[in-house]
Amino acid sequence: MGVRTWIEGWPVYRQLTGPDKLGLGAAAKSGATSRRQPRVAEADNVVKSVCPYCAVGCGQNVYVQDGKVTQIEGDPDSPVSRGRLCPKGSASLQLTTGDARQYQVLYRRPNGTDWEKLGLDQAMDMIADRVLAARRKGWQWEVDGQRTRRTLGFASLGGATLDNEENYLFKKLFTALGAVQIENQARI
Amino acid sequence: MAEAHPVGFQWVMEAKARGATVIHVDPRFSRTSAMADLHVPIRAGSDIAFLGGIINHVLTEEKYFRDYVLAYTNASTIISEDFADTEDLGGVFSGLDRDHRTYDFDAWRYQAGDVGAAAGRRDRPGSGKGGQNGNGQNGDGQNGDGRRRRVRAAARGEAHGSGGAAAHPSPDTDETLQHPRCVFQILKRHFSRYTPEMVEQICGISPENFRRVYEALTSNSGRDRTTALVYSVGWTQHTVGVQYIRTGAILQTLLGNMGRPGGGILALRGHASIQGSTDIPTLFDLLPGYLPMPHVHGNEDLDTYADAESMDNGFWANVRSYMVSLLKAWWGPAATAENDFCFDYLPRLTGSHGTYETVLAQIAGDCSGYFLLGENPAVGSANGRMQRLGMSKLDWLVVRDFSLIESATWWKDGPEIETGEMRTEDIGTEVFFLPAAAHTEKSGSFTNTQRMLQWHHEAVEPAGDARSDLWFAYHLGRIIREKLAAQSGSVPGSSSPAAGEHPDADEMNRPILDLTWDYPLRGPLREPDAEAVLAEVNGWDGDGKPVSSYTQLKDDGSTASGCWIYCGVYADGVNQAARRKPGGEQNWVANEWGWAWPANRRVLYNRASADPEGKPWSDRKALVWWDPEQGKWAGHDIADFIANRPPSYRPPDGAKGVAAISGTDAFIMQADGKAWLFAPAGLADGPMPAHYEPQESPVQNLLYPKQEHNPVRETLRHPGTPYQPSGDEPGSEVFPYVATTYRLTEHHTAGGMSRWLPYLSELQPEFFCEVSPELAAERGLEHMGWATIISARSAIEARVMVTQRMPSLTVQGKRLHQIGLPYHWGRNGLTTGDAANELAHFSLDPNVHIQEVKALAVDIQPGRRPRGPALLDLIRSYHERAGITDETGTEV
Repeated sequence: MGVRTWIEGWPVYRQLTGPDKLGLGAAAKSGATSRRQPRVAEADNVVKSVCPYCAVGCGQNVYVQDGKVTQIEGDPDSPVSRGRLCPKGSASLQLTTGDARQYQVLYRRPNGTDWEKLGLDQAMDMIADRVLAARRKGWQWEVDGQRTRRTLGFASLGGATLDNEENYLFKKLFTALGAVQIENQARI
Repeated sequence: MAEAHPVGFQWVMEAKARGATVIHVDPRFSRTSAMADLHVPIRAGSDIAFLGGIINHVLTEEKYFRDYVLAYTNASTIISEDFADTEDLGGVFSGLDRDHRTYDFDAWRYQAGDVGAAAGRRDRPGSGKGGQNGNGQNGDGQNGDGRRRRVRAAARGEAHGSGGAAAHPSPDTDETLQHPRCVFQILKRHFSRYTPEMVEQICGISPENFRRVYEALTSNSGRDRTTALVYSVGWTQHTVGVQYIRTGAILQTLLGNMGRPGGGILALRGHASIQGSTDIPTLFDLLPGYLPMPHVHGNEDLDTYADAESMDNGFWANVRSYMVSLLKAWWGPAATAENDFCFDYLPRLTGSHGTYETVLAQIAGDCSGYFLLGENPAVGSANGRMQRLGMSKLDWLVVRDFSLIESATWWKDGPEIETGEMRTEDIGTEVFFLPAAAHTEKSGSFTNTQRMLQWHHEAVEPAGDARSDLWFAYHLGRIIREKLAAQSGSVPGSSSPAAGEHPDADEMNRPILDLTWDYPLRGPLREPDAEAVLAEVNGWDGDGKPVSSYTQLKDDGSTASGCWIYCGVYADGVNQAARRKPGGEQNWVANEWGWAWPANRRVLYNRASADPEGKPWSDRKALVWWDPEQGKWAGHDIADFIANRPPSYRPPDGAKGVAAISGTDAFIMQADGKAWLFAPAGLADGPMPAHYEPQESPVQNLLYPKQEHNPVRETLRHPGTPYQPSGDEPGSEVFPYVATTYRLTEHHTAGGMSRWLPYLSELQPEFFCEVSPELAAERGLEHMGWATIISARSAIEARVMVTQRMPSLTVQGKRLHQIGLPYHWGRNGLTTGDAANELAHFSLDPNVHIQEVKALAVDIQPGRRPRGPALLDLIRSYHERAGITDETGTEV
């Protein structure tokens, strides 16, 4: 490092000689700050997404690095949102990567006082058995002599936070099982 | 809007910067009011009186857009002699069956000279093969009233998410609008007592504020200008919710604001795909594309279904094509013409199976299993105690969510454990909690509030046991099919199963074994390919090529489509929902971003933006127009009309279906092509809106003193959800204040996606209630102190915010205080508090079965609520003081 560079490294020198006379901007910027980059600059790829909160449908850019989501920002290309996100949308990174999320299947046995851990495959198998049992328990071929071919044995609630494709599969599956009590937030 | 849909509100601010006047009508002053030119505080539950007052002004002062009204509305249509108005019948319409609490809307029908002509039978439940004009046949000719009642109970109103109910396509009219029974004159008489004085007395709105509103509206509507109305659940969550929106629709139609740029009625919905979950409905009463679920009465087979649910004119004439294509999408090769395309595989409704009826079915033991998929009813639904009571009677409960929401943990830490009503060891419910994948961890589409589908791409795979709901639904179905196939010795998807463990089992299992369920799986998690599901939703033609329009669908089984209104979203085999041409590189309509149903049209009924000859009403407000040289509709948006049908087209005599749509029928999904100022069918509670007080109100109905409430509102009954006295009834003074619930910017619905986030919890750290300084003085409430809010269902505590943002009003000569309650809180998460919905009851809108949480009568007292069994004592004491019985509040 030459003397000149060394001197120019002083904020006070830059303040006295440069345009930033008050030392509130470029003159005061440290080397460490200069070398900083936005988190998103190093992303391996940017994935186009949509905010999961309300139904305005703001565009999101999801930044991924080393197989992890590192940042979520508004998508300036979106004609809906023009890059903006509200406080909830801006908190999407915390929603998706925060430590409040559960990653373990939990099970509470009848009359149990606490959760137990359960394997996903076993849970799926148990749930399938219970669906079939409840379906049979509440099955109605007829009501008042008229054909209903249905079950009132199990119900479902939720869908407005899910994708269209997910709602489609749930409606298709549950209807084929004969269930009618399929509902979501649109009723609320 | 600034509060709950802030990013959408930027466009309101853009308009304001260009000179638009912004008016905010709301009981409380919110972030929206702060940005508005005028905030009009209103008594919660009185909007029909308010909007009706504006309609009265528009009609009497002749402020309507006459050319538009004559061309595009049913103002000139003559109504049957059987019709009698609320003015004639003491606050109810003709056709009311008091015993069964329903209307027979045959009494509201159009008058038509050719009474023999069939009108289409859609929404004429129970009429079977008879027409609207009544060959008098009710299916099997017996018990017709009962059938009609039960079918109507099944939320038929919601089947009009894409087009109206059946009506005579060519009724008698009087173009001079002078006939005493024409819609225009009926409307005038109906709203004649909705005067500024009435508005002041009922809504608590000063004549000066009222005048400013109607002057702004009328001066900004017409040929050169348009006004938009924007609403959210503040309009829907009432026992008259649908009629609130009807009132807005009548006003906007009179002013010529529908189908035009800058106009319309915009419903701001609160979940990313709540529109999608209505279009592709996880709702009991609907199949995809607003096809009604079959009902035991009148939908015995495909023929009777198609006959009962179709209309003679327009696109609803093709119900059979939509239905057969859906059946082919679901049951593929098993669905043949010989077996009615498996129509019999569909379960049938017998009445309402809505979420609140389901809670009662759980308590009664009829419903023993429950899936919760990203929904938290213990906080978000009315009367949380009833929700938990229902869940405590289940055999099993599956909760899929990000975190341990209240609906997953009530069995060990719910309010009823605290009061001693439940003991964990006594609760037999088996609970499974399965962690869900986030939107960044799966691909799929959301349908936003303007009916636009936008695709989000998977960024990373979900960790641990977290899985998408696509994964869960697919693999649950796969396992169930494998289990049933093993029982019956058959292979899923193959022909009839062999003998099963039960005489009926084979027949019972055929719909699930014959189901098409073979989506490509990818990756180590074996995630189903969401685009393959979207392709099925879109559908394909006889050659297996993706259809690009629902007009390609056939009723012979050669086409398949999982949701007819979404035909085109996968046109040319391309995921149109994933289109992202930057907004800056398109015109202001931006049709190349995402894809909107129907047919990628962004403004519904935009044919009405042009005059009957096809020219824009004004250059300023041009949207689509007829291009005679090209012989088709052109414009900034895609015309919501038949592309090559000229304005001069008139249907030949006897035309049916799409051929019967005239070149001036701007409202193409309506039976008569008109916007309805008067609804001759389709609404459970009246052809026009009338002001009724909420289920529980501190005041008497001033407009109809003999009729306090909506006479056909649905009051579900259970000791756990009693009703309070209302109006002049003794005991109503025990609950003298009006409470209304709402959202805050920093939280989301029942909190499952916000109360666990540090950022958002820090921004809004605690449940609070907003009260006026007057109410604070009256009850001794201290700012930042505690208050207990009490209804007949429960009592909750909240921090007190004394603020002029919640102004007290003068209603019928008395001061009326309102209490604001954000409803996001519950016991779990980083920020905790009581849930406002604990206070709510089970009285519902009769059209859509939505609960009334926007106008509740309550009491408020300083201090924290009692703990333990003392809470129940407090509620009991209120019951005694108010004289509440099982019958209270249930009268017609």
